[in-house]
Amino acid sequence: MNNISRRKFIAAGLAVAAGASGITVAAKIVQHHGLIPPDAGGLYGPGETLTYAAQRLLGRHSMAREFSRSEISENPFANEVDQLGDEFKQLQAASFVDWRVTVDGMAARPASFSLAEIRSFPTSTQITMIGCEEGWTYIAEWTGVPLSYILDRVGALPQVRYVVYRSIQPDWWESIDMADALHPQTLLAHRMNGNELPVPFGGPVRVRVPRQLGYKNVKYINRLTLTDNLKPFGKGLGGASPDGGYAWYAGI
Amino acid sequence: MNASLPIADRGARQLSSSAKFGSTVPVADRKRHSALVRVTHWTITVAFLALLVSGGEIVLSHPRFYWGETGNVNMRPWLNLHLPSSRDTVPTGYGYVLPDQNGWSRYLHFQAAWLAVGTGLLYVLFGFFAGHFRRNLFPAASDLSIKELGRSLVRHLRFERPGAEEAWSYNVLQRLTYLLVIFVMFPLMIWTGLAMSFGFTSEFPLAVRLLGGQQTARSLHFLVTIFLVLFLLIHVLMVFVSGFRNRMRAMISGTVITGRATRPTE
Repeated sequence: MNNISRRKFIAAGLAVAAGASGITVAAKIVQHHGLIPPDAGGLYGPGETLTYAAQRLLGRHSMAREFSRSEISENPFANEVDQLGDEFKQLQAASFVDWRVTVDGMAARPASFSLAEIRSFPTSTQITMIGCEEGWTYIAEWTGVPLSYILDRVGALPQVRYVVYRSIQPDWWESIDMADALHPQTLLAHRMNGNELPVPFGGPVRVRVPRQLGYKNVKYINRLTLTDNLKPFGKGLGGASPDGGYAWYAGI
Repeated sequence: MNASLPIADRGARQLSSSAKFGSTVPVADRKRHSALVRVTHWTITVAFLALLVSGGEIVLSHPRFYWGETGNVNMRPWLNLHLPSSRDTVPTGYGYVLPDQNGWSRYLHFQAAWLAVGTGLLYVLFGFFAGHFRRNLFPAASDLSIKELGRSLVRHLRFERPGAEEAWSYNVLQRLTYLLVIFVMFPLMIWTGLAMSFGFTSEFPLAVRLLGGQQTARSLHFLVTIFLVLFLLIHVLMVFVSGFRNRMRAMISGTVITGRATRPTE
């Protein structure tokens, strides 16, 4: 081995070592700041992680655009849902008086709230856009209780990292990180355009998380679970959508 | 040597440095494209094709386009592609629904977008700092006269096979087209793409307001795609017209066979 190739060899070795430790340090920082989405594994993990990390680094507190009353869509599109089950129909027949939203998991005071209680909680109203991953959009006025209020009320433990929310419809659930769960525009919405939330649009209660796509805005919510780990839920990817091949983070 | 060839800088330097190997070959291969241009060219090609396929797949879930902020099946589109859809909620007139491919399409679209943007940034930095834009892309002022542009256009419309000197340099229409793609169309593509992201527009609402709304951004994203596909088709056609083997060799190995020079020996 002559001098030049030895020098090159050492330089290359140092570069590899620096690169590897650089990646390790970067991974530690990223882990610490919670910038790794639950679906970070697999073929599309790198792109997904870059998108999620970049948008979280851009700003956790930015507000989704709000619109004027005149911009509310005259013809909002409810999208289709699977055939509603018998349990839902029975509750609907009784005007949802027995509808309950159970909050469990990492909470000091797990609770089960009736629809009347949910409606009696302080409300927040927003005129925001809902956009489907398919490409269509509409604008509506949404009213509901901020999810952060519910988390406060049940005494969410400091180590909670995700809120898992479930529909009464089987196998329909998603989860969001605390940046979105504590965000002032994230609601358990129960009114739309000044009326009770119509069933096709998710009534009596749906999640409204306007910084993410429509599929994160699950309809017919009856259970919230606070957790620090998404592994035990479904395939461990954080929602029915990622279980079905869609991205967990839908801010893009 | 090679004084008759217009670009004697890079190629010649490359040539004399290879001269120390002292081989005598009847046909000289001379440097055409730098390694960075070649690597970024093919990386962007892969990313672009991935974006095109996945983007087309996503469009199939709603093959209609609107202006303004909102648009859905209850509204009238300005453009209906009249394609079958992967959603049964879209009235297409076809009696069947395509399978839903949006999961991997969206994953692939954004991953390829990162690849394209990263590679593009590397290329643009290189272009400015290593003189690639100045040397190869910015047209000479004398070439920008109506007469010269017209002459170049006529040559293109006649599908004239370019002269030997064009193996070493881009002609003026080519330069202007590349500049349009690099500095107008790609940035517009990225902008209109980001303007559809709720996470991004929460942080930078002007990104979508300046364009005129979420659906306008989506429509423009589609129109820029059409432009870039047309560019790709003409680009590939021109490679064939001007000599497929030599042009591909230039963009893969970086060298062009001139058939005129011999590799000098010392």
